[in-house]
Amino acid sequence: MSRSSFLNSSLSLGLLLIIWQLIAVMLDTSSLPTPILVFDTLLAELNNGELVHHLGITLYRLTISFFLAMFLGVAIGLILGRHEKLNLFFDSWLIILLNIPALVTIILCYIWFGLIETAAIFAVVINKLPNVVVTIREGARNLDEELIEMANAYRFGRNKTLFHVILPQLYPYIMAAARTGLALIWKIVLVVEMLGRSDGMGYQIHLFFQLFDITSILAYTVAFIIIIQLIEVFILQPLDNRSQRWK
Amino acid sequence: MNRLTVNIKNKYFPKDGCDEIFTAIKDLYFELSNNEFICIVGPSGCGKTTLLNAIAKLDDDFDGSITMDNESLNENISYVFQTPRLLPWRTVLENIHLAVGEDSALSSITDILQQLGLGDNLHSYPHHLSLGMQRRVALARAFCVPSKLLLMDEPFVSLDQSTARKARQLLLDLWEQQSRNVIFVTHDLNEAIELADRILFLSESPSTVLDDIKISIPRGERTSDNIAEFKQQLKVSNPAIQHLI
Repeated sequence: MSRSSFLNSSLSLGLLLIIWQLIAVMLDTSSLPTPILVFDTLLAELNNGELVHHLGITLYRLTISFFLAMFLGVAIGLILGRHEKLNLFFDSWLIILLNIPALVTIILCYIWFGLIETAAIFAVVINKLPNVVVTIREGARNLDEELIEMANAYRFGRNKTLFHVILPQLYPYIMAAARTGLALIWKIVLVVEMLGRSDGMGYQIHLFFQLFDITSILAYTVAFIIIIQLIEVFILQPLDNRSQRWK
Repeated sequence: MNRLTVNIKNKYFPKDGCDEIFTAIKDLYFELSNNEFICIVGPSGCGKTTLLNAIAKLDDDFDGSITMDNESLNENISYVFQTPRLLPWRTVLENIHLAVGEDSALSSITDILQQLGLGDNLHSYPHHLSLGMQRRVALARAFCVPSKLLLMDEPFVSLDQSTARKARQLLLDLWEQQSRNVIFVTHDLNEAIELADRILFLSESPSTVLDDIKISIPRGERTSDNIAEFKQQLKVSNPAIQHLI
């Protein structure tokens, strides 16, 4: 990140915090704690180890379901994008999957497979998968046929064609699916945890809701937003820069 | 021997949206051997690229056979397309390495690139090169691949005249060092006479071989005057292909 854009986003975030602080002070209610109070709670939760434990569990579920959904989504999207007949046949399945509410798939997974870890992760994957498939399918339809022909003429073979010709072209679509995926998955993971797990962020937030502990809810949320920002700055952006250097 | 036999009885495409078919090639037969350089000239849309794609096995949906020394053509071929078709996300060297295979000797690749004036661009990405340079990379890729057959589909089109002339000279130099059968498609008869041992003239589609002309001018004497004179003679002696000259 360049210096001026860093300054820019710091100023913008600072303004948001000031507005929050002003409103909280003006309203003076337990429904909206001040950012300072939230920050104190965040530190306290960090120190007693609760936050780290639950955040860790949630990140673990998020990572597994993210990579599963991305891997399966890229594979299925690529196949559907390259084979028009298969695509026509399965298109309605995709539309159904896209439109089933997340809550329904989560409840069904828990009923069918029991209140177990696999069911939780499976439910998240099922929710994310169709979005990845749709994005990647769009990319697979726009592949450069001339380059694929070149790869065939020079007998690249399956693996080389996939890794050197096809995947680099799909890269922007994969990154788009990853970014929207991360945002979507962590929201779903929380619901999954709230409904059927006894740990994780979702479970904790549900607990705080019953106790009406708004400060803790906000503290957990801030912790999670920080983690997602770190993933963006230290993983996704460097990946982007690295893959764009040929341009 | 390296005798390539091309014998396409029938190649057709279904027309979009109806049951009719479009016959692109019919009863097209020719041979080439002993590292010959042939040029294929024909009216546009007569199926020249279709023919090359069939020989390259990019399209095997046709009646007939294409054989090398009486066996089906299974070995490597090199193909220079109308556009350079380099992978933009790979460097010059990586592009060639991918086509040649992992066990290729780096020195032979850099030798060819140096000969083509690309010695300073081994690690450049194609986007940073001019079109002429990209075409030379495509040419280098074709010659780095050990093949008995090189297919070229109007590889120097849309280059300015002097760049194209240089590119043709580089092609001939490389071909003399690393002989192989060459099938070169062009619509420019001057280019064909300058390069080829033989020229095949194709008819309108469904295309077939109209005439097979041997170029009698020795390679060292193919000046523009001699080429013009050869064309004139051709016009008089072969009225069947007059519309192509």
